[in-house]
Order: sequence, then structure tokens, then C-alpha cells
Amino acid sequence: MQEITTYLAPRRLDEALQAMADGAATVFCGGTDLAPQTESGVRQYTAKLLNIRRIEGLAGIEVRGDKVRIGAVTTISEIRCSPVLAEIAPVLVEAAEHFASEQIRNAASVGGNLCNASPAGDMSPPLLVLDASVELACWRDGAVQTRQVPLDQFFVSPGKTVKLPQELLTAILFDRPAAGFVGRFRKSGPRPALEISTVSVALGARVADDRLSDVRVAMGSVAPTPLRARHVEAALEGKPLDAATWAATIAAAVAVTAEDAKPIDDVRASAWYRGHLVRVFVEEVLNEVRGN
Amino acid sequence: MKSVETEIRFKLNGREVCLKVPVTMKTLAMLRDKLGMTGTKYACGEGECGACTVKIDGKTVNSCLMYAVDCDGREVVTIEGLRTPEGLNPMQQAFVDHGAVQCGFCMPGMIMQADSLVENNPNLTREEAQRGLEGNLCRCTGYTKVLDAVDAVVEAKKCCGRC
Repeated sequence: MQEITTYLAPRRLDEALQAMADGAATVFCGGTDLAPQTESGVRQYTAKLLNIRRIEGLAGIEVRGDKVRIGAVTTISEIRCSPVLAEIAPVLVEAAEHFASEQIRNAASVGGNLCNASPAGDMSPPLLVLDASVELACWRDGAVQTRQVPLDQFFVSPGKTVKLPQELLTAILFDRPAAGFVGRFRKSGPRPALEISTVSVALGARVADDRLSDVRVAMGSVAPTPLRARHVEAALEGKPLDAATWAATIAAAVAVTAEDAKPIDDVRASAWYRGHLVRVFVEEVLNEVRGN
Repeated sequence: MKSVETEIRFKLNGREVCLKVPVTMKTLAMLRDKLGMTGTKYACGEGECGACTVKIDGKTVNSCLMYAVDCDGREVVTIEGLRTPEGLNPMQQAFVDHGAVQCGFCMPGMIMQADSLVENNPNLTREEAQRGLEGNLCRCTGYTKVLDAVDAVVEAKKCCGRC
């Protein structure tokens, strides 16, 4: 077992990135995932333990013009209580509302939730329908370098992302949704609190001129990573909201959910039940978006 | 597992403390084993039950999941810190008055969370209290008397405005 020889809690990003440059740092912020994972042995510490919570400029929610930036160490509570996000991205606030418990929301960071790369991560589906990207920073050639990765290309497999060990997720970025954009989030579990989702579904679409456009559907716990449900999206794009065709539109969307959702049997639910929940949730959120 | 130790300084229930902790130690273990503050309880050890709830900079967290090193420079309040010079704080007293306690093991965390809910929302409804206490499990009383106690504190605050 690895001995931890260094602990760092830098205030500056460049210091943190230099410490990560050898790719051998264990990074934490709230610690709500790292603590139980290391206690149970599913994850091992490396020689360097790096606390990023004190780094200046990594916290907070910022809206400049059409650009929204959520710092990686922003807590789930801060998202849940953000008046600006309630106005421009209520689907994210709704998901934060259903995230674990208040004690965990107060500690857990949104960047950590994404980097943990759980197929059931609650922040992933709403950020996927907001078409968010993540900003990854590293120290290279004597300077801080950043790149942006669209969130739907970020997840690789459970616990794995395209982020390199020397990179730090510094922010989540998305464009302010267009006027008329409506988003909804659903998650299922035996009780509302502290649930690792059996299935989660987020849907976002522009509702204008009695039509759905820019339709984005995301799902959690139905595949090795959270995903965009492209088949469902295609079935909905441009569809009218009128009463005569609405039932057929829902039926068409529900019919292709199995093309996107490839759930497995595990301790929380059977694949059959997950497939069923996806169909129910897609229908429910569609009706809500139309009713909006 | 071996890990390096680091020195941290923080306020614990209003008093400045300074000590060395292994960097992987959790706040709960530090409070109980290093500082002798055993009011905060260890139960599930994985953030499911809330028995270890403490306030950090005014916000409740599961101390079993929080790295002790992250207390550095912050304000920590435990169940021992709720008591005022006059005696129990109103939430503690309400739990006693309403018999909201059976075995008592979940109570320190339950009271910390309930106290924080009322502090942040003086008009807390019963439903909001239920949602706010989702992260605190009790395996013997059920929750009715707990919610009665919280209701009583909210009502008392409304009538005198300064309890």
C-alpha cells in the first residue's frame, strides 16, 4: 500500500497544476467520494494528496453575456440555491435538489461529481442536456494550459474519463439556453434521499411556435457512462406539440429508448425494470415539457 | 496505512485549537479520538446516516467523510458547542421535551441538522423539515416526535422572535 508523503492545499491554480505535473497526485475537494472509496479499498491513494478546495478562482457561478461558467469546487448546495441558475438552467437546480442529502450537498463539488464518472452521477444528465463542456487545465511548457472537452465525450467507462492524471477539471461551461428552452430531470430510487439513481433522465428542448427543437435527452444508470440519447432526440426533433399528433410523438420516442439505453442487471434493479423506467420517464418529462 | 501528518489550526466550538493529524484522518476520528469530543457519533461511516453531522463554517456536513486537514482555518461546531451558558439550546430542549429520543445514538447529528435547518429558515414547514432531515437516519423512534420537536422550535421562534 502506498505511503502518502506529501499533503498540499494550495491557493493558486498554477501551484496545484505543478504539483500534478508528474501525474501522481490524488485530488480531492469535498472528499465525499474519495473517503468511502479509499476506506473500502476500491481506490488507492497515491504519494501526494492534493486538496483543491482553497484554490482561488475555482469556486462560484459566473454568467457573462451568454456564457455560463461553474467553477469546479462549487458545491451542490451552491448550485441548488443559486438564483441565477434557477432562472437560466432550472434543470440543473432540480437535479441538485435530488442530490444525496443536505450534508453531502454542502460538501460535494460539481467537478468531483463529474470526475467520479459514475454512470449514476446526478449532475451529468442535466449538464448533458445543457450541452456543457468541461475545462481541463494542466501545467505544460512553464505555463497553465487549458482545453475544453464536450461533456458527452468526457466519460469513458465507470470511474474513467478522458482527463489525464496531470489535468485538473477547473470549470463547467455552457451557453445560456435559448429563450423558450425547457428542461426537466427525473431520477428513481427506493426513496428520495441519498439514492444512487436506478435510472435518471433529463430532457431539454426549445418549445416555440408549437414545436420542439434543439431537443436533448440524457440518461444515467443505463450504460457504462451517462449518455446523450441520440435516437430519442432524433425521434423528437421538430415535432409539433398539437394534441392530434402528440401521442404518436411520445410513442415514437418511447419506442426507440432501447436503442440508447442498454442497462444491466445489478443490485439496484434489473435491466428489464430500468428499461421500463426509462420509457415511463421519457413520457413523463415530455408531457411536462409540453405542459410548460 | 502510513501517511504523513500535518499541523492544522481551526476554531472548535469557539475555541482555537492546533494539532497534528494524519492527512487521511477524517474529521470524525479527529474529534473523537484526538480531541475527546465524543458527542459526535460514528455509525455508518459512509455518509448515509448523518449521526456524525457537524457544522463547518455554518453548514452541516458528514464528519465521517470530511478530511480532518480540511478543517484548517475553518469554524467547526459540534453538538457540545450548541449548549449556551444558560443551558441546552432550544432545539436540544425541544428534543427532550417531545421525547424525540429513544436509544439516542442518532440524536447529536439529528439535532445539529435540525438546528441548522431552523437557523437558515425561520419559517421552516414540516415538509421542509422532513426533506432537510433526509440525511439523518433513526432506527428506533420513527420520526414523528423529531418533527414535532422541530415544529415546536419554529413556533416558539415565531412568537418571541429571539429564542
